[in-house]
Amino acid sequence: MKWLRENLFAGWVSGVFSAILIVILVKALFAFVDWAFLEAIWRPDANACRAAKGACWGLITEKHRFILFGTYPYEQHWRPAAASVLLVALWTFSAIRAFWKWWLALVWFSGLSLIGMLMWGGVFGMPYVENERWGGLILTLLLSTFGVAFAFPLSILLALGRRSDMPVIRALCVGYIELIRGVPLISVLFMASVMLPLFLPSGVTIDKMVRAQLAIVMFAAAYLAEVVRGGLQSIPRGQYDAAHALALPYWRRTWLIILPQALRVSVPPLVNTLIALLKDTSLVLIIGLFDLLSTVKISLTEPAWNGFGIEAYVFASLVYFVFCFSMSRYSRSFEHK
Amino acid sequence: MIEMTGVNKYFGAFHVLKDVNLAVGRGEKVVVCGPSGSGKSTLIRLVNRLETHQSGRVVVDGVELTEDPRTVDRVRREVGMVFQSFNLFPHLTVLENLTLAPIWVQRVPRKEAAETAMHFLNRVRIPEQADKYPSQLSGGQQQRVAIARALCMKPKLMLFDEPTSALDPEMIKEVLDVMVELAREGMTMMVVTHEMGFARTVADRVVFMDGGRIVEAAPPADFFSAPKTDRAKLFLSQVLGH
Amino acid sequence: MANLEERRIASGFGFLQREAGFEIGESAFLRYGAADSYLRALFVGLTNTLLVAAIGVVLATILGTFIGLCRLSKNFLLRTLSGTYIEFIRNVPLLVQLFFWYAVITEGLPGAREALSPLPGVFLSNRGIFFPSFSSVPELQGFNFAGGFAISPEFAALLVGLATYTAAFIAEIVRAGILAVDRGQGEAAHALGLTRAQATRLVILPQALRVIVPPMTSQYLNLTKNSSLAVAIGYPDLVSIANTTMNQTGQAIEGIAVIMAVYLTISLSISAFMNWYNAHVAFK
Repeated sequence: MKWLRENLFAGWVSGVFSAILIVILVKALFAFVDWAFLEAIWRPDANACRAAKGACWGLITEKHRFILFGTYPYEQHWRPAAASVLLVALWTFSAIRAFWKWWLALVWFSGLSLIGMLMWGGVFGMPYVENERWGGLILTLLLSTFGVAFAFPLSILLALGRRSDMPVIRALCVGYIELIRGVPLISVLFMASVMLPLFLPSGVTIDKMVRAQLAIVMFAAAYLAEVVRGGLQSIPRGQYDAAHALALPYWRRTWLIILPQALRVSVPPLVNTLIALLKDTSLVLIIGLFDLLSTVKISLTEPAWNGFGIEAYVFASLVYFVFCFSMSRYSRSFEHK
Repeated sequence: MIEMTGVNKYFGAFHVLKDVNLAVGRGEKVVVCGPSGSGKSTLIRLVNRLETHQSGRVVVDGVELTEDPRTVDRVRREVGMVFQSFNLFPHLTVLENLTLAPIWVQRVPRKEAAETAMHFLNRVRIPEQADKYPSQLSGGQQQRVAIARALCMKPKLMLFDEPTSALDPEMIKEVLDVMVELAREGMTMMVVTHEMGFARTVADRVVFMDGGRIVEAAPPADFFSAPKTDRAKLFLSQVLGH
Repeated sequence: MANLEERRIASGFGFLQREAGFEIGESAFLRYGAADSYLRALFVGLTNTLLVAAIGVVLATILGTFIGLCRLSKNFLLRTLSGTYIEFIRNVPLLVQLFFWYAVITEGLPGAREALSPLPGVFLSNRGIFFPSFSSVPELQGFNFAGGFAISPEFAALLVGLATYTAAFIAEIVRAGILAVDRGQGEAAHALGLTRAQATRLVILPQALRVIVPPMTSQYLNLTKNSSLAVAIGYPDLVSIANTTMNQTGQAIEGIAVIMAVYLTISLSISAFMNWYNAHVAFK
């Protein structure tokens, strides 16, 4: 009772707000439960869906394979599923502080190779599946993971370059970072998607997925560079002085002393950038790649299932939310240490 | 003026005030001292409910402080407080700092509030700083402005929470002088401080706290010359020794 | 290089004078017809972008500040509801949210004949939202409304999506800004007898603003860049129109250059404003 008094009804205004909110909440909750569960259709029957008042989760039941795995061959769906699990395991493994040693890079290398092997196949009796057929959740996860994996080292170079004493390098790094950060991701995607093939000799083509990945890496590197730069700037001057006094050459002292400290501080904003990257992969829909959002959208185009966009995008939101929220919780836990 | 009976306070599991009983009469000046962590700041902040007590009663000017926000508002209008870190509003001029509360809380017309403000600025002897910003003043000046700001509300009781602890030594005197004058004019005051000279000059009673309890309370003459408890003796030897 | 010449792609900006040959669904300020030039078409796109960005920024700021303040409320319900809102919005991609709002409008709202009318003269339907304008009132004619002031479903979805998304980030910025103000300021205000509302308005918020403005302008920039997602839901913003232009003329490099140049100009202007702000409104 005391809790109620303090937290909901502390004053006239607060009390009125609480009363109104409770009424609205209860009504909304009832309406939502009714729509999402009680009156909803769960079986894959489009006609029943149209007849019913509730949500049409039948769309998901019917199309979930396509949504999660894209046009990957049906019998081989265990492969992208396993690859997704493996990727998530890789992320989770990397999240544990005790494992932040040099051999983590090896773990990543083997993990990613294993994933590549699973997805492409062609060995161990698994039929070869060209990457044009990859799609859905695994594509979203792959684009984000490889995005971060390649963008991170690049961003370290950019951040160091931005602080360099050599004017040319400094100018190039600043120019790159400010240019990429000043334009929308969609333009970088267009740039990679449309312009890149033009600069190659005739006959050589680059896979669309690779082009998108390149754009994502370029984009992420610019933002990560600012995060790393923040970390570098937060190191007390004394550390640099001590490293200089020990007469360590540039790369030695950067690698041994400066970077480890900068990176430790940068973990929360780094994770936040990863979250943003996962969300940004949804843009590849615009250049014709079949990530998770794209497969959701396409599943709606079949005439029978036309018009259930709300259910579809609620489902998509939930999937993304699970991933992003877990990462943000993890990043939050760092602030308390 | 103030009556605290059987007051207990906890910060989580930490029992910071243990069974405190204290009465301050109208026009009385009480100095609270003791080692750090003894709970003296917490005690004084209970009076205008910047801290809350878990058990016991706190009655200020006849109004008991409870969870009811109306009692808190009524008490705060009658009680002025001066903080160790001044807490002047940096985005307002000195004059605006002084007139803010009278205008918005007491609904005093702007002109009248400004006149009252200048009156008190004169009292603390820095009328020429009226249009400056706090960051342009010295520590001692800022604290005097803080005292004037509290006085502009025409309070019946003034609380001082270590008002000189954050000041450079050469500025302590100017603030203490203002406080002494205030005392002489009959203001009821409760002061937490380490300045024993001030206590000797102005206090009607010195209250010594240690470990959350009031260990000893006596008029300054008695307290300083013949402390009764060992802890008080120890404290005095440490404070007055240098 | 041979490639480029082969496809005559980087042939300069001359194409801008040519006739565009396509219609644009809606235009904020300029008149446009298919016979106008590509340059004019791009200008229309630019004004459309600026319109949705400007309104979006205003709405996001109002909504975001309100939610940020709710996050700091003593009322449990306000705190929790605003917290849930922020967490959900920030952890779902903007594009998903835009599609969702678009679906809500095109699937959730009734057809023109059964349009909702919360206020006289105001109609909500899956063809758009209609308001009375100074000269005329919307009236049902056949399957659609004529007269009055119309907001297309695309514009509405983009605006609502951008505003609600950015508001979640602004809310966190406002909250952090207020928390950054020294605790003693609040205590002094309360000791003087100011109510919580008065203390927030007169003492805390002005100081919080100094901490809030830099990241806030950053969010404004994000909102402007995010408006480029209009291309995915069919609102004719700059990127949309540039895209159409590129497809029709094949001048991909010039098109992308135009997009980037425009957005860069916007970002640099906002950065310049921020630098000016920091220099002139710095703590006195």
